Amino acid sequence: MTLNRRTFLRMAATAPAFSLAGPAVSLVDAAGKEDRFVREARYYKKLPYKKIRCDLCPRECEIDDRERGYCGARENREGIYYTLVYSRPCTAHVDPIEKKPFFHFLPGTLAFSIATAGCNVNCKFCQNWEISQVRPEQVRSYYMPPSQVAAMANDYHCSCIAYTYSEPVIFYEYMYDTALAGHKRGVASVVVTGGYIKEEPLRDLCKVVDAIKVDLKAFSEKYYREIVNGELKPVLDGLVTIRKEEVWEEIVYLVVPTLNDSDREFRELARWIRTYLGPDVPIHFSRFYPQYLLKNLPPTPVKTLERAKEICDAEGLHFVYIGNVPGHPAESTYCPKCDKKVVDRVGYTIRAIHLQDGKCKFCGYPIPGIWSKKLI
Amino acid sequence: MQVFRLQMLRFAGQEPEAMFVLISPRAGVNLQWKIGQRLGMGRAMIQRRDFLRKTVKAGLGAGLGSVFRWEPVEAGPSRRGVVVKAQDARLRRGRSLDTDRLGDLLDAAMQQLFDVDSADEAWKKVVRPGEVIGLKVNCIAGKGNATTLELVELVAERLQRAGIRAKDIIIWDRLNRDLENAGYRIRYRGNRVRCFGNDAAGYDNRLFTYGSAGSLVTRVLTEMCDGFINLPVLKDHGIVGVTLALKNLFGAIHNPNKYHINVGDPYVADVFMFPPIRKKHRLTICDGTIGQYEGGPSYIRRWFWYPNMLLVATDPVALDRIGWDLIEEKRKQEKLPSLKEDEREPRYIFTAADRNHRLGIADIERIRVLNVKM
Repeated sequence: MTLNRRTFLRMAATAPAFSLAGPAVSLVDAAGKEDRFVREARYYKKLPYKKIRCDLCPRECEIDDRERGYCGARENREGIYYTLVYSRPCTAHVDPIEKKPFFHFLPGTLAFSIATAGCNVNCKFCQNWEISQVRPEQVRSYYMPPSQVAAMANDYHCSCIAYTYSEPVIFYEYMYDTALAGHKRGVASVVVTGGYIKEEPLRDLCKVVDAIKVDLKAFSEKYYREIVNGELKPVLDGLVTIRKEEVWEEIVYLVVPTLNDSDREFRELARWIRTYLGPDVPIHFSRFYPQYLLKNLPPTPVKTLERAKEICDAEGLHFVYIGNVPGHPAESTYCPKCDKKVVDRVGYTIRAIHLQDGKCKFCGYPIPGIWSKKLI
Repeated sequence: MQVFRLQMLRFAGQEPEAMFVLISPRAGVNLQWKIGQRLGMGRAMIQRRDFLRKTVKAGLGAGLGSVFRWEPVEAGPSRRGVVVKAQDARLRRGRSLDTDRLGDLLDAAMQQLFDVDSADEAWKKVVRPGEVIGLKVNCIAGKGNATTLELVELVAERLQRAGIRAKDIIIWDRLNRDLENAGYRIRYRGNRVRCFGNDAAGYDNRLFTYGSAGSLVTRVLTEMCDGFINLPVLKDHGIVGVTLALKNLFGAIHNPNKYHINVGDPYVADVFMFPPIRKKHRLTICDGTIGQYEGGPSYIRRWFWYPNMLLVATDPVALDRIGWDLIEEKRKQEKLPSLKEDEREPRYIFTAADRNHRLGIADIERIRVLNVKM
């Protein structure tokens, strides 16, 4: 399949148009109407003296009355735990699905992308810290209930709703209900997450979403502790859970010079993926640019990314990509059998897709992924 | 041994933290270092460790095993390691506070701390006429366990006697809601003392960083105030051990929720290093007329008591160390485990005193407690 002129023009025109006009498209400024964003949280336990323990992410914050969890988006009020970001996106855009990035999920389609304020980790390189590391009331937000998100995704010809930019785990209830609303309208849901979530909520989430991309920040606990303020083990467990639940998953690994770019780490990562997830899970090695609290490091040299790819290729992974380097040949998908290019990409643009019923058009080898819309 | 001095300079119209001068007396090197641009650390205060590492990388490594002395600009009077513990057993009749006695206690504490003959004289060492002064109260626990309104009124009155106009006094905390719940009245303008939360004032859009912390700081500190007086409550804290002088400044940043991990260490100390906080801190008056020795920072009646005291210091670390001991003492009396046994020993107090922070004295042997008993 080749992208036709009409589709290309529609995509090119729609994406920026929505982004710029976003707030004007029937969105209402949320200021001063806080109560409508407040919903009781789904995963928590009540403790004595009006304290609670959050059971959504492995951090398991124990929170006093009137205090918030690490994410800043959930608050204990008189012993009841509430999410403060239900129906409260602070950003909404129409993006190519490749921007997430998802390379094996409905390529060439659009994703209606939303995020609320807050995050359950604090990565020193966060490129969206101005929304992820703030509290909901500290950024301008909009009132968009799940049904409205689904309707807008439909109106903008998006194949899916993407929960992205900040950390969707912290707006779990909103994401969950929006995914259900989307399915009613035939719109899929994809999650872009750090994967720092407990097993029960993750399993429940897997029942309502169609694909999950996990940002695996590194393959060492030290890095997670010092740079991410999180833990590696629960993320790896989550990747296995997603696989078991048979939800399509892809992995992004942001390569930060000197911090997580050793051959040994790449090799251990590749072996772990091959063993626990299988060789068909796509992994994207993404280029780091100095941001937020990590401004004293240079951008990742392209050679480092190529070295990571070489190591993973040699370890037998089938789909290893290089990201944030527009025009690099490793942005495209190659058939593991005949080595022909089956999805030709430049940046976020699809130039050609040589697949037929999910198989390589040249040799018939099945290429794993979701290539046509079929909701769970 | 070659001695380098890293000295902070003030430049007109420039943030003082933006430049350092490295002075090598022997070589006569005078290297201006634009931290923000060269090192890519934003407006960060450079850490001693980072500075050393980067200097070595820059090829200036000769003799760097030598001594560095960092001299922060001191704002206001310095009484490092001195804490006044002022007590009055008759401060209350039943539960109600005797405001006259509280005023006398405050005056006596101030005189003792600054070793002067009158309270007015002492306040004049803290503020200068014409300045705008913030009063950082602690209201998260609501009425009953927030900074006592009567104490704040007395401080505001003493400031006015020292030449600060009423409208130049700003009582502030995180949220208007918290202030109101604690009995404070929100007032944005007029000729009377002002009072509002960070949610009304907003945050400065610069990212302040130090060590492991990176935050936006309330405009109350960055734009409105010349200095502030810290008014925490003597309280236990369920996660970081105690919440006293240092921890109270979590109420000045936009993301305190990020810094309770690892028992607040080193975050509590790092946040206090942000220039608008460290440089504008003049005095801490810890409200020990009330106290929470377990279950804090919330108000839980079962573990609430009336210590009937004030802790006053310009050294927030020393004050925290003494306050921590008081809470431990009370916990022991009540047969509760120590904070260490409870795995929430406030180590951040020691971090605040280390070579990277130097915010005050944490060594109990070096702290001088001046007792005032009424």
